[in-house]
Amino acid sequence: MKITRRQMLVLLPAAAIAWEHVMAGTPEAAPNYTMSEHWWSMLIDIPKCIGCGNCVRACKEENDVPDGFFRTWVERYHVEDEDMTNPTVISPDGGKEGFPPVEKEDEGKYFFVPKLCNHCADSPCTQVCPVGATFVTPDGVVLVDQKYCLGCAYCVQACPYGCRYIHPQKEVADKCTLCYHRITKGLTTACCEACPTGARQLVDLKNPNDPIHEFLRTHAVQILKPQMATGAKVYYNGLDGSVR
Amino acid sequence: MGVFKDAGHLFRFLAIFVFLFIAFWVIRGFVVPKSFGKYGHYRAASIDEIAAHPLHFAGHEACETCHVDVANVKKDGKHAHVNCEACHGALQKHAEDPASLTPTKPDTATLCVRCHEYSAARPKNFPQVHAAEHSTGLPCETCHQPHSPAMTSGGAK
Amino acid sequence: MSGVEGYMYPNEINLYWSVLIVLYPYITGLVAGAFILASLERVFNVTAVKPTYRLALLTALSFLIVAPLPLQFHLGHPERSPEMYFTPHSTSAMAMFGYVYLWYLMAVLTFEIWLDYRREIVLMSQKSKGLVRVIYKIMTLGSNNISERALHIDEKVSWIVTLVGIPSAFLLHGYVGFIFGSIKANPWWSSPLMPVVFIFSAMVSGIACVMVLYMAVTKLRGKTIDMKCVDTIAMYLFYTFIIDFSLEMLDLIHRIYEADESFRTLDFMVHTKLYFSQIVVQIIFGTLVPLLLLAITQLVKLPEIARKRMYAVAGALTLIGIFAMRWNVVIGGQLFSKSFLGYTTYKMSLVTKEGLLVAVGLTLLPLAILWVLVKLLPPWTDGHSAEGVAAD
Ligand code: HEC
Ligand code: HEC
Ligand code: HEC
Ligand code: HEC
Repeated sequence: MKITRRQMLVLLPAAAIAWEHVMAGTPEAAPNYTMSEHWWSMLIDIPKCIGCGNCVRACKEENDVPDGFFRTWVERYHVEDEDMTNPTVISPDGGKEGFPPVEKEDEGKYFFVPKLCNHCADSPCTQVCPVGATFVTPDGVVLVDQKYCLGCAYCVQACPYGCRYIHPQKEVADKCTLCYHRITKGLTTACCEACPTGARQLVDLKNPNDPIHEFLRTHAVQILKPQMATGAKVYYNGLDGSVR
Repeated sequence: MGVFKDAGHLFRFLAIFVFLFIAFWVIRGFVVPKSFGKYGHYRAASIDEIAAHPLHFAGHEACETCHVDVANVKKDGKHAHVNCEACHGALQKHAEDPASLTPTKPDTATLCVRCHEYSAARPKNFPQVHAAEHSTGLPCETCHQPHSPAMTSGGAK
Repeated sequence: MSGVEGYMYPNEINLYWSVLIVLYPYITGLVAGAFILASLERVFNVTAVKPTYRLALLTALSFLIVAPLPLQFHLGHPERSPEMYFTPHSTSAMAMFGYVYLWYLMAVLTFEIWLDYRREIVLMSQKSKGLVRVIYKIMTLGSNNISERALHIDEKVSWIVTLVGIPSAFLLHGYVGFIFGSIKANPWWSSPLMPVVFIFSAMVSGIACVMVLYMAVTKLRGKTIDMKCVDTIAMYLFYTFIIDFSLEMLDLIHRIYEADESFRTLDFMVHTKLYFSQIVVQIIFGTLVPLLLLAITQLVKLPEIARKRMYAVAGALTLIGIFAMRWNVVIGGQLFSKSFLGYTTYKMSLVTKEGLLVAVGLTLLPLAILWVLVKLLPPWTDGHSAEGVAAD
């Protein structure tokens, strides 16, 4: 037994050196950034959204999102007067090219709902990952380690919001990173940058000067599917009860 | 002693187990990434890898440092809060090195209507027009200056 | 996009778990069921089923060897699957699969089969020649001790292993149920009954599988079927089936009565997209018909030939019905939108990595493995095994 074990110890380092390259990360990308000082999330102001699709296009461009899949998308709801539980929802190509105009003011109301990963604090998707390839960072962003992901799609099944997909070429789970490569450099996300009306706003809950604190105090704010108890952090202002 | 002898084959089976168990732990020591478990049950290095992704949108602050003239026009107009790249598209390459890429001018025929075409689905307080009637076939910029679109000279309506 | 009715979240239009993930709980179910049937003989001393004891063990082993393959084919990066052993995530039901699987394969099934066959292995290693001899030699692990005492010890240890094996079999398949049952995002899956339903349906399918296999193989070998044995198995099949069916009905009634926010959507799905596979195949032909056939054999005294035919039909229908049940769970759970506003369609591909051909291949593979195992370790108790080993 012992001899075999010793042999193993001699043989394995060679293979290990090869692994080291795969396993070591790139050097620190944002030197002035301290994770523990942030807790990221987003505010969606529904009455401001005009359904132009700028955010969807910007996200695709910034993050190379494959066709037919979405890290963020926009839905258009149409709720007729008495029928809260039966909204008509469309999202042609994720709202990427906007929506067909509605000419007549017929009954009921229309509104747009931008969707993205809720970066849940108690995220069901990271809970089910068998290998720890998806996780919540210390600054509150749910990320996927695409060099470690098996592509089992269990997390896709576990997300109540439909925010994950399997990247058709990379064959690993893919999702919104809240533009982690931007927010750690002091920029806002691509979708917020492209939003003309301020319907989407990046929020840092640990920053005492962030206007979000005042906003949350003075508005009736909701999260999606609160009954799922996922600790969703994307706050919606003016969210209609019919939204799912 | 006899029991031990007659159960000897069982220990051989057990030995396979023990061997595999030890082999497992030795291999595990080598293949698990070094940064795994630093912050939680994941590879901490992947955070930095993701943070190092390339930028495509430069952000309006970047544009404004060079295009001061446009920025000044824009900041007093109705498009003050519409960021440059909302109309011009992602231009990080240009912002890094203006010579490497000269941005094409946005085509106002498709650009403006994307936001301003009338739709009952849009919020009522957002300025919207029936573009075909409103512009009478003229490009929007004949009457509106894109960076500060509110009308100064009279036009059709 | 084609195949979508109503509204799906855009990322939901494609199904992420294909027919291979249907196969996976089906196969592990057969393993667990076959093993539990085998343990009947050993732990509960049901001597009537002795002729199927070894066959059941070998069946369980050959299906267990294949069980992880559908998962491997399904993974985007199968080469990374060892990560599941090296850094298992403690909160993930799927991460536990690796360990439960290994435990079951090594500590339970292989060990038990080895103990049970050790005498034959040693005898064969002395009698046979050439490559076969080497194989048997390796299987002896270098010990030729088949003294009375050694075999007695084996018998005792084997009993303990079986005893440990029963909860392990429950664990193996119960956790597969938990993989689905614990997904709160999906109302079609999310249910504490899911693991229990999975265990009982596993027993049903495993028992049916061994029964059908035993009858088929005995026929092929030109031997007479031990009717006492088959009658007993059919009786067990009948009773476990009743429990399984009651549990599924309980789940159904509970859903209908509670009628929560998802009910309208799921109800519509069952009446449209899942109508054929759920109502027709699973419930009518896969459950009610075999239950009826089995009930008749229990209540009425029928001639042997009629019983045989009825068992064969009931067994085959049961196997199809349980497959349909897995299909309805896995595929059904992805056909509706988590917004409850629409439905999509599953388009099974033919020759891709997760296509129909691979699925058929993976279904047949265990039978091929079983054939090899049977050649190597003949399970027959009727004394006329092909050649070589003389059983007593
Ligand atoms: C480093 C300074 C710099 C930055 C930052 C910069 N630009 Fe420029 N930009 C230039 C220069 C210089 C030119 C003229 C280049 C040329 O004509 O080839 C130019 C040209 C342009 C043009 C084309 C003008 C024309 O006449 O067609 C557009 C549009 C433009 N920039 C938009 C932007 C936007 C939007 C951004 C922000 C993402 C930006 N620029 C950031 C320096 C800059
Ligand atoms: C509402 C959309 C919109 C926004 C916002 C916008 N632009 Fe433009 N910009 C245009 C259009 C349209 C043109 C082309 C005008 C033309 O064809 O004459 C243009 C032209 C330009 C030009 C070419 C020179 C000129 O003045 O015609 C520059 C440079 C430029 N923009 C820079 C910027 C910068 C910098 C910002 C951000 C501070 C910005 N733009 C914001 C729509 C926009
Ligand atoms: C990305 C969306 C977007 C695009 C593209 C866009 N605009 Fe605007 N526009 C806005 C927003 C937002 C406002 C400010 C609305 C407000 O003040 O409530 C605005 C305001 C205006 C106004 C002022 C309306 C008023 O209240 O007086 C005019 C005129 C206008 N835009 C014309 C244009 C023209 C012409 C173009 C094309 C060059 C254009 N817009 C492109 C978003 C856009
Ligand atoms: C012939 C000149 C002309 C052209 C071309 C033109 N507009 Fe206008 N537009 C005007 C005038 C004049 C007003 C101001 C009307 C008013 O204030 O009532 C106006 C107002 C607007 C408003 C504000 C409406 C409101 O309700 O406050 C928008 C938005 C607008 N235009 C968009 C466009 C777009 C988009 C195009 C291109 C498709 C365009 N315009 C082309 C002359 C023009």
